[in-house]
Amino acid sequence: MKKTMMGNFAASWGAQLSRAQVIAAYPITPQTLIVEKLSEIVADGKLDAEFIKVESEHSAMSACIGASAAGARAYTATSAQGLALMHEMLHWAALARLPIVMTNVNRAMAPGWSIWADQNDSLAQRDTGWMQIYSSSAQDILDSTMIAYKVSEKVLLPTMISFDAFFLSHTVEVVDMPEQKLIDEFLPPYNPEYKLDIQDPRSFGALTDQNHYYEFRYKMQNAMDDALIEFKKAGAEYEKLTGRKYDFIHPYRCDDADLIMVTSGTISETTNVAVDRLREQGKKVGNLKIRMIRPYPKQDVIEALKNCGKIAVIDRNISCGYHGIFSQELKAALYGELETPVWGLIAGLGGRDVQVENIMKMADDTLKSDTPKDIIWEGVKR
Amino acid sequence: MKLTIPYEEIMQPGHLACQGCGGSLAMRYALKVYGKNTMLSIPACCWAVIDGPFPYTACGVPIFHTAFETAAVVASGIKAGLRVTGKGSSNVIAWAGDGGTFDIGLQAISGAAERNDDITYIVYDNEAYMNTGIQRSSATPPGAWTTTTPVKHYKTGPKKNIVEILAAHRIPYAATASVGYPEDMIKKLEKARDTRGFRFIHVFAPCPTGWKSDPKYTIKLAKLAVQSNIFPLYEIENGIDYKQTKKIKTPKPINEYMNLQGRFKHLSEEEIGNIQKDTDKNYSILSKRFE
Ligand SMILES: Cc1ncc(C[n+]2csc(CCOP(=O)(O)OP(=O)(O)O)c2C)c(N)n1
Ligand code: SF4
Repeated sequence: MKKTMMGNFAASWGAQLSRAQVIAAYPITPQTLIVEKLSEIVADGKLDAEFIKVESEHSAMSACIGASAAGARAYTATSAQGLALMHEMLHWAALARLPIVMTNVNRAMAPGWSIWADQNDSLAQRDTGWMQIYSSSAQDILDSTMIAYKVSEKVLLPTMISFDAFFLSHTVEVVDMPEQKLIDEFLPPYNPEYKLDIQDPRSFGALTDQNHYYEFRYKMQNAMDDALIEFKKAGAEYEKLTGRKYDFIHPYRCDDADLIMVTSGTISETTNVAVDRLREQGKKVGNLKIRMIRPYPKQDVIEALKNCGKIAVIDRNISCGYHGIFSQELKAALYGELETPVWGLIAGLGGRDVQVENIMKMADDTLKSDTPKDIIWEGVKR
Repeated sequence: MKLTIPYEEIMQPGHLACQGCGGSLAMRYALKVYGKNTMLSIPACCWAVIDGPFPYTACGVPIFHTAFETAAVVASGIKAGLRVTGKGSSNVIAWAGDGGTFDIGLQAISGAAERNDDITYIVYDNEAYMNTGIQRSSATPPGAWTTTTPVKHYKTGPKKNIVEILAAHRIPYAATASVGYPEDMIKKLEKARDTRGFRFIHVFAPCPTGWKSDPKYTIKLAKLAVQSNIFPLYEIENGIDYKQTKKIKTPKPINEYMNLQGRFKHLSEEEIGNIQKDTDKNYSILSKRFE
């Protein structure tokens, strides 16, 4: 069924279609609507879930952790400061191997107070052991929620689905809502082998010495490797059910491109338009949208980039003191595999609008330049 | 002879507590009352260690070890998770030290209490952060030495009144208990177990290691604290109905209690006299609520 909805509501309905059983969340702009809608859905009895109205995001994640450990499917949503407050518990969820799914609306970190789009909040959580998806449309947000549960519950790692504040959270798009029974077919109920169970009393997360901890990490890494396979499988299965394809990367006009722009989030969608216009001007430019940063789809990325002459990564984030994070990740993936030069561009921090013209300019500049300079700041006031 | 304390041992030997640990006794009694249909949420504290290292456990019931400040809300999450999966009849206990309760955990406790989540919160109060090596907490009593309140500037302010804070949330049941009075403690645990909503039990649990006391005096100290009105035993229903469960006819002077511990030995007679005055004043304020 086709419906028009805001990106945020796509997240709420994603949680509903996934039959989340325990929801614990705390409001923060621009995520608030997700929580409000879910409160309504649960209050109306449309979803058989418990909604714990917690007193902070730290507690929201903690409540999800408790619920998940007890064998329930848990969901939460947050943004920026809320995500940062959760940080300790993000590690806890991942190391406890709890398949929680969380929506994060990408918002700039304060100060100055900003509620606008910027990926530094979620990328700062890159090393917590969470899988990370970057969505670029409301449809993507909705579908990714079910796919995330499917894979999370298979490999026992949590997943975070992020998308840009306002550009996506508060804009209305047409979304195809799958039938509940289709999703029930796709996503079986959560029933972990090990959970808190009085018939089988175990202690979870106890003091762990040097004889075991290392192996826990090793197993997490293996689970991330497995997730690379499971996401492909789940994506293919989902495509069969709904006709919509989801992969780690979505290349657009990349096959014969001299220059491939590497993008994520809503900038990816804008870049597709820029690519079309550049092509009209006879410039062979492509766009590689990256949807997944953990686990990192290294092989797919290399495969998609292997024939182009130049790569330009647009980052709506920065690891100050070094570079944009997607560009660092990409360079690390290419090392020893491809020698293609990589230009690192920063754009749109703190919600600065990134328009088709900005992207065309960034592509043109890259095409004209010989060697990648340090950081290229698009539209910064110096 | 009729035994008033449940016979069954759920907690097992082989745990890692120090000799004479009041906190481990408290757990033993709590599990006797709550039984096997129980789960624990345990944050960072001595009990994160006492239970035993991976893959061992001494408790005999499922435990989720969690972060320092999250015992209450993880317990809320567990309870919700059990309810939606049809297992809501199990008891869920958040079990934490005074630091995880009076200080860093207070926000989550207040949240769970305000929502009246159906869990029991038990704090074993050894009056300092023992797990990290005896640093002061807001439960540390005035006069006490700790590694962060050395004798040159020992703690002077009062002990935070956690029970009053919880009572102010109007929770169905709150009580103080002492491992020195197991029968009183058992009765309160039973009451808490059979009440719905948020229940809070503040257990006085001497710590020989942190108090610089002889392990053989744990029970004696736990009794003396009650007998000198330092730690009165009472319960509060719905935040307003106060009931004293152990009346002390002639309170003992606090010296007897303090002299058995190294942590107070730097105090002069005058300083002890001041603490005695504070103790009497605190008790007289509290005792008005029993009327
Ligand atoms: C966020 C965080 N800060 C600090 C610590 C270090 N820490 C672990 S246990 C502890 C003290 C616990 O004291 P208390 O709650 O009184 O329990 P006890 O050790 O006395 O049993 C501290 C400070 C931690 N684990 N997590
Ligand atoms: S330090 Fe104190 S509370 Fe901790 S185990 Fe030892 S005696 Fe018990």
